[in-house]
Amino acid sequence: MKLLTHNMLTSHVKGVTKGYPLLIKATEVKVNDVEFNPQFVSRMIPKLEWSALIQAAEELGHRQDLPEELLPEYEKNEEFLKRVHRVLLEVEVIEGCLKCPESGREFPISRGIPNMLLNEDEV
Amino acid sequence: MESCVENVRAVRISKEEKKVFRKQIKASHTLLRHEGIVTASQPTKSLVVANGGLGNGVSREELSAVLKEIGEVETLVMPPYKPYAFVTYRLEESAQKAHIHLNGHKLQFGENNVTLYLSYVHSVPCEEEVAVPLPEGLVLVEDFVSPQEEVLLLAAIDWSSSNDEVTAQKALKHRRVKHYGFEFCYDNNNVDKNKPLPAGLPEECLSVLENCVRDGHIVTIPDQLTVNQYESGQGIPPHVDTHSAFEDTILSLSLGAKTVMEFRHPDGRLVPIVLPERSLLVMKGESRYLWTHGITPRKFDMVPTCDLQSFAHMTPEHGTNSNLTLSKRGTRTSFTFRKIRHEPCRCAFPSACDSQGGCSAPSPSPPCPPSLPCCRADAAQLEEEYVHQVYNSIASHFSSTRHSPWPRVCHFLSSLLPGSVLADVGCGNGKYLGVNPEVIAMGCDRSGALVQICAERGFQAFVSDALSIPLRTASCDACISIAVIHHFSTQERRLAAVGELVRLLKPGGRALIYVWAFEQEYNKQKSKYLKDQNKKQTENNSPSYVTPADDYKTVDNIQDVSKMPNGKLSVHTNRTAFNTQDLLVPWHLKGEEGKKKDSQKEKSKNILVNSSPASSLSSKSRLNCNPFSSLGHETDKTSGSFLNTSQATHSPDDAEQTSSSSQKSKITAPIFHRYYHVFQQGELEKLCLQITGVKVQSSYHDQGNWCVILEKV
Repeated sequence: MKLLTHNMLTSHVKGVTKGYPLLIKATEVKVNDVEFNPQFVSRMIPKLEWSALIQAAEELGHRQDLPEELLPEYEKNEEFLKRVHRVLLEVEVIEGCLKCPESGREFPISRGIPNMLLNEDEV
Repeated sequence: MESCVENVRAVRISKEEKKVFRKQIKASHTLLRHEGIVTASQPTKSLVVANGGLGNGVSREELSAVLKEIGEVETLVMPPYKPYAFVTYRLEESAQKAHIHLNGHKLQFGENNVTLYLSYVHSVPCEEEVAVPLPEGLVLVEDFVSPQEEVLLLAAIDWSSSNDEVTAQKALKHRRVKHYGFEFCYDNNNVDKNKPLPAGLPEECLSVLENCVRDGHIVTIPDQLTVNQYESGQGIPPHVDTHSAFEDTILSLSLGAKTVMEFRHPDGRLVPIVLPERSLLVMKGESRYLWTHGITPRKFDMVPTCDLQSFAHMTPEHGTNSNLTLSKRGTRTSFTFRKIRHEPCRCAFPSACDSQGGCSAPSPSPPCPPSLPCCRADAAQLEEEYVHQVYNSIASHFSSTRHSPWPRVCHFLSSLLPGSVLADVGCGNGKYLGVNPEVIAMGCDRSGALVQICAERGFQAFVSDALSIPLRTASCDACISIAVIHHFSTQERRLAAVGELVRLLKPGGRALIYVWAFEQEYNKQKSKYLKDQNKKQTENNSPSYVTPADDYKTVDNIQDVSKMPNGKLSVHTNRTAFNTQDLLVPWHLKGEEGKKKDSQKEKSKNILVNSSPASSLSSKSRLNCNPFSSLGHETDKTSGSFLNTSQATHSPDDAEQTSSSSQKSKITAPIFHRYYHVFQQGELEKLCLQITGVKVQSSYHDQGNWCVILEKV
């Protein structure tokens, strides 16, 4: 699971109102080389919840000194985009789990795949 | 006169060249479309060699020999099961030379040949070595017996008597077999514990078994022995040894020749294991009780190159790698030692345990078809059993038939703006996730086995239910739901599934939905799903109890054909018109048996760009592990009937399953049933319009499917 995907995921347990962002408890994290495409990254940024990304990167120890607040005119800041690229696309959680911040429900991540299935009574 | 002849020859050559050029272009398009391999127009040091893959039955040695004649080869990557390979030359000049001289080159191997087509590539995909852990409880001991003992053991088995009462010798369809101690009956997959055979275990086995005790593999000496002899090209279907018949540990000694045994977990994991001659395989615990094991009937195995003698270092690090080649099979004799069980089995795997009411696979054929659900719990139960479990069981075979994205879905995906967020809900093997590389694509599916395939392809995917998608509200610019919503068994749940898609969309976002159509004939055009039927021998075994039904109305004004009079779901006959809207559709799982009908399709690999549509490159996913059965059925080289299967890619269902019932009846492969609700004209639009805040942008019929594009307002 890349942090880009994490940024879109939310807890969907019945009754939960503050299920975002999911906390990450990782036991195995991999960093891959992914080709850097500044245009692609800057198009991604407006789709993100920035604070959730920072929190997730922090949890994994890969914050890359990214600021709390999104920089203005980031489209032209290649060095900044590179760090965002790293966090969004290169850092990958292989084993661990995602935890609902409200209910505490944990969703396992195994072989890079989050299993978000709920039990009958949680839907 | 002279010059005239010259001219003719010149024309002929250029025609020939044109043909090769055309096919090369076609091959590179196919590589791009199905494998995401981008070919380069300018020369580079690396080339992709279409048709020169392990999947074509070409071995590393054969290909390497041809490539080395041209120049110094730096690397040769042969991905498993693929009909292509990658070569990198030390010098670009050599690559250019290879491009000129080997394009259209016929590579002869044994009685077979393939035509190679080469294109430049910028980068060679470096297959990552994925560690595949051995099944829990499995141990392989190499050189467990000496070559002398091997000779002695093989000599102890007398195959000469044809029907031996003493040792219960049988010639099975796919191998010879002999039993000692107790006979194993293939009718009920069990032993008659009260009827020991006159012949006990041969005394030559005793020292072997004592060594097994000495080394701690077993505690008590086994009392049953089954000897199987496999000629090259023979195998055994995947199975779990009956729990109630035998105790935990099962020993299998391989003699005479090596083979590859495949272990499969119910979740779809597949672990091929090389069993060298004279090795002992010890199956215990999970590997004995839960994983199936089997040997694919074929004449060649794919094995790691290093050196053929020591590849059986089955340490957990041993993984799938691209340093593979082919190993020819010889005659292998296996000694399987088991201990008869006298008490019911109490293992920890009830789902696979006949003593505890389970079976090894979720009910392949419904003894009694279920009824349409009348409450939520029933619906969930029906879908669990007749949708989710089935997809998990058929995942790798299913995926291997889903390689061609439908054009109009691709068109929708291509219309999305760069940087759009796309969710593919019910993404299956992920064939749409890479269509538009400019979008941010995520997939989800209910089947963990299918999501695993997506992940292996490098896509972002997670396991979730389409009724409760764990994505932020209004986070997506687009959603697709291809051949998913027809699996929900009530109107309420189908509505909820559409509602969930709409929830994900941003205002202005669009969703594309495909469902299977009740009307397989539209505007006087039969769908490909039906058309294929004409090509097979028609057999009338459709259910006879179809009548106009009673009071079940899905949508106003829609002809009511949804229910059987007795309330039971009908079982659909593949490639016929639908009689009811709610039904069970059979899926014929292709296992190791009855691969004959597959051989046409397999052969497509050899004939790529010879005469077939360019969809053959990925006709098997790498999880499907039968790439070489064509070698065992090499009879003719025509590709005619291949066309039937490869073109029929437009129905969400088993359009790609060839379905001649006459053939099927001979096949022992299990049949699974999936639940479907097929939609009548107008039904999908009406369903969507029940959701507020959405408008139907367009709707259409595409090869037996009803399709809508919704826009969130």
